[in-house]
Amino acid sequence: MNENNLLKVENLRTEFKISRKKSVAAISDVTFEIDKGEIVGLVGESGCGKSVTSLSIIRLLNDTSGEITHGSVWFKGNNLLKLSDEEMRHIRGKEIAMIFQEPMTSLNPVLRIDNQLIEAIQLHTEYTKQEARKHALETLRSVGIPDPERVSRCYPHQLSGGMSQRVMIAMAMSCYPDLLIADEPTTALDVTIQAQILDLMQGIRNTRGTSILLITHDLGIVAETCSRVYVMYAGRIIEEAPVDILFSNPSHPYTQGLIASIPKLGLEAESLPFIPGSVPDITMMPGGCRFHPRCRYATEICSQKEPELISINESQKCRCWLKTSEYSIKTENGESRK
Amino acid sequence: MQTSTFIDQPIKKAESRAKYYFRKFFQRKTAVIAAVIILIFLFFAIFGPQIAPFDPSLPDYDNLYGAPDAVHWFGTDEFGRDVLSRLLVGTRNSLGVSLASVLIGAAIGTFLGVLAGYYGGIIDSIVMRGSDILFAMPDILLAIAIVAIIGPGIINVVIAVAVFTIPSFARIMRSATLSVKSSLYVEAARSIGCKNSRILWVHIFPSTVQSMIVNFTMRIGTAILAAASLSFLGYGAKVDEPDWGAMLSSGRNYLDIAPHLVYFPGLLIFIAVLAFNLLGDGLRDTLDPKLK
Amino acid sequence: MGRYFVKRVLGTIPLLLVISFLIFMFIHLIPGDPVRNMAGREATTEELENLRESMGFNKPLYQQYFSYLNDLVHGDLGISYKTKLPVSEMMIGRLKPTLKLTFFATLWSTIVGIAIGVLSAVNRGKLIDYLGMLIAISGISIPGFWLGLVMIQIFSVKLGWVPTGGLDTWRSYILPSITLGCGIMAILARFSRSSMLDSLGEDYVRTARAKGQRERLVILRHAFRNSLVQVVTVIGLQIGGLLAGSVLIETVFTIPGLGRLLVDSLAFRDYKVVQALLLFFSFEYILINLIVDLLYGVLNPRIRLK
Repeated sequence: MNENNLLKVENLRTEFKISRKKSVAAISDVTFEIDKGEIVGLVGESGCGKSVTSLSIIRLLNDTSGEITHGSVWFKGNNLLKLSDEEMRHIRGKEIAMIFQEPMTSLNPVLRIDNQLIEAIQLHTEYTKQEARKHALETLRSVGIPDPERVSRCYPHQLSGGMSQRVMIAMAMSCYPDLLIADEPTTALDVTIQAQILDLMQGIRNTRGTSILLITHDLGIVAETCSRVYVMYAGRIIEEAPVDILFSNPSHPYTQGLIASIPKLGLEAESLPFIPGSVPDITMMPGGCRFHPRCRYATEICSQKEPELISINESQKCRCWLKTSEYSIKTENGESRK
Repeated sequence: MQTSTFIDQPIKKAESRAKYYFRKFFQRKTAVIAAVIILIFLFFAIFGPQIAPFDPSLPDYDNLYGAPDAVHWFGTDEFGRDVLSRLLVGTRNSLGVSLASVLIGAAIGTFLGVLAGYYGGIIDSIVMRGSDILFAMPDILLAIAIVAIIGPGIINVVIAVAVFTIPSFARIMRSATLSVKSSLYVEAARSIGCKNSRILWVHIFPSTVQSMIVNFTMRIGTAILAAASLSFLGYGAKVDEPDWGAMLSSGRNYLDIAPHLVYFPGLLIFIAVLAFNLLGDGLRDTLDPKLK
Repeated sequence: MGRYFVKRVLGTIPLLLVISFLIFMFIHLIPGDPVRNMAGREATTEELENLRESMGFNKPLYQQYFSYLNDLVHGDLGISYKTKLPVSEMMIGRLKPTLKLTFFATLWSTIVGIAIGVLSAVNRGKLIDYLGMLIAISGISIPGFWLGLVMIQIFSVKLGWVPTGGLDTWRSYILPSITLGCGIMAILARFSRSSMLDSLGEDYVRTARAKGQRERLVILRHAFRNSLVQVVTVIGLQIGGLLAGSVLIETVFTIPGLGRLLVDSLAFRDYKVVQALLLFFSFEYILINLIVDLLYGVLNPRIRLK
């Protein structure tokens, strides 16, 4: 194992009960890793299992009917899935923090901002209330809130969306976690605010060395922020690549479609290419490769057997029969693409 | 049921809406049991006099306060009358009063609510202030005050219970009407020149049927309780008439020597109200999960 | 906040006026001559006229209403025809048992009801949830007066643990309080369950868990604190009706309270007393609703800070 490794998720499978007897897997065979100080993107359309993946990592599925049935989550050498609830509680907020898509509803409407921050701080430190308050104000200032004294006395409904997300980030960062999971942190915000929040997150990485798992459906954000990307489709990771390679040389037909459908400045976008159809419902997954009904390269094998996620060169992985045969033929002939 | 569109298939319409609701309803065991109990009570209400083992008003002075036994399953009362027979015959009275009062209250409330929601303005203000006033008095107090004014008796109990049923229906229908009114299809109907009354009945009414059914069922339970309370206080049926509340009221005097005179009528009221409430819960979950 | 207060308080005044008018009209709405109704058939014409004169029934209706209002403001509820005592005096003597009863009923039913609701929500779909909801729906459906009678039969007549009625010892309050509070307990249990289920599904509850907060505190500090705002509203609305609910319970347990006074006065056609009681119960109901609304404003920062 790589020494710089912080988080390593292996073959994770999470199932949801849809009736008394039947469960379906929302995600399965999900494998990825994050190094220290790295910002990694997890990209996909809504409903592809990104959020389930993140909630599975910090085991917050308990308010849903979801259950992790397979796999492991290695964090600093410990399998989080094997920890007791109490041990896991000390990981959450202290070692791994999380921020969410809707900052406005993610803050408790009946508690003042300072109390919510102090709560987070006192959970994982020995600070007295005064010390915690002081620390809370510092943290608020560090996320670019100009008037922490005033903001700390506010209730969430008195703050704007961007301000709320800054507060959420402050709360998440208050105990200096090693990993920050950001689930669509900017989706609910205005474009100008989006950029500020992304800047803030990059700044945190730079000053604190915090690793960030950035979950988003927006490839533009990934391009700006991340170093490596995992693309998810219908509960599977279908491609992994460094960010520049993903954009210059996408290997999976789905990724190709995604990138082709980004509007480009200066080009006449009369007919923006798009991927026909939509993400299949979790209860009605097609057999074989999950993308084949929408794939224009689909062949017979695609509907019969699901491909594996395999390396197609030293930095890129892909889950597609197209690449599988190509690569395997090439390696059989002894001419790997080095 | 979600249908995914990733394969070009026409959206299935195999299962009709009614069938879907039926299937969902039958998954709820408690609600189904409640419905069966209510059907049994309705059967008693219709055929009570036919299936009663004894004449409910025939006294038997050799068998006063008889405890339940093989002949008189529920015992006999202070005149030696068969309690079971009186309860069976009394079902019609007790269910009838509550059904009638909720029907009347629902009809008036619905009418006023739709009127208020659809026309708004002064009509709305009058209806809503009126229901504010009715809401400003506790139910039982309102019923007692009404009965005090118009006098005791079964018909008057119906009226009293109907009056306090009105505002709940008026409010439900008003807000339902308002939301339907603002939705597009009524706009569309108006723009193709439908008459106001047609818009009301064709568009607004069907879309509120679900919450109506739920409220109606729940209100019957409340009405049975209210009617029984009024009878218990002596404002309802005459004492010698077979009526659950009245039987309970007179049985109260013999609590120490013949508790069965209190147990059985009350138990029946309890079961009936419970059945309507359970059915109402089941219907609400089936028809309108949002209401939860 | 201040404006919200003033607006709500001023808003109830018209309602109080209308209600007071309706209740004033109560005596006149009863078919027949109100004086004759009160005096009974055997009263002579002269007695009737004297009574009419002394109670002001010979004046025009609006004048009667204004003097009624005037008396009301001065705390004068009139003289009981039957007992010849001031109605307010009669009521004060009866107030204490009813208030005590209401207090105990509220106390136990609030605690038990909320506990059942929260436990059911947290254990959704498990045995404890089904049990809790079974208790709740039974509590809503059970006729209180019957429950009271059954308990008297079991605990007083058979076992002799508590007196059958009256208010001689503290034990006398046990059965009536249980009976009176049963319905509220049930309503609160159902309401706090559904409210808690809503809260538990909110984003901020997930945030609290993501912080590493203990599950017990996630439930109490975050989910329940938010539900509390609505639960308090329901408690208030229910307490409002509780005093009136004492009518039945005080009859069952022969408690000399206000509810019992209402039933007796109706039987004696002592309409001045009936009128005063109707007014008292309605005003109390409206005022409690007002207080609940104001409290809602205090508990809910979104309203408080406007």
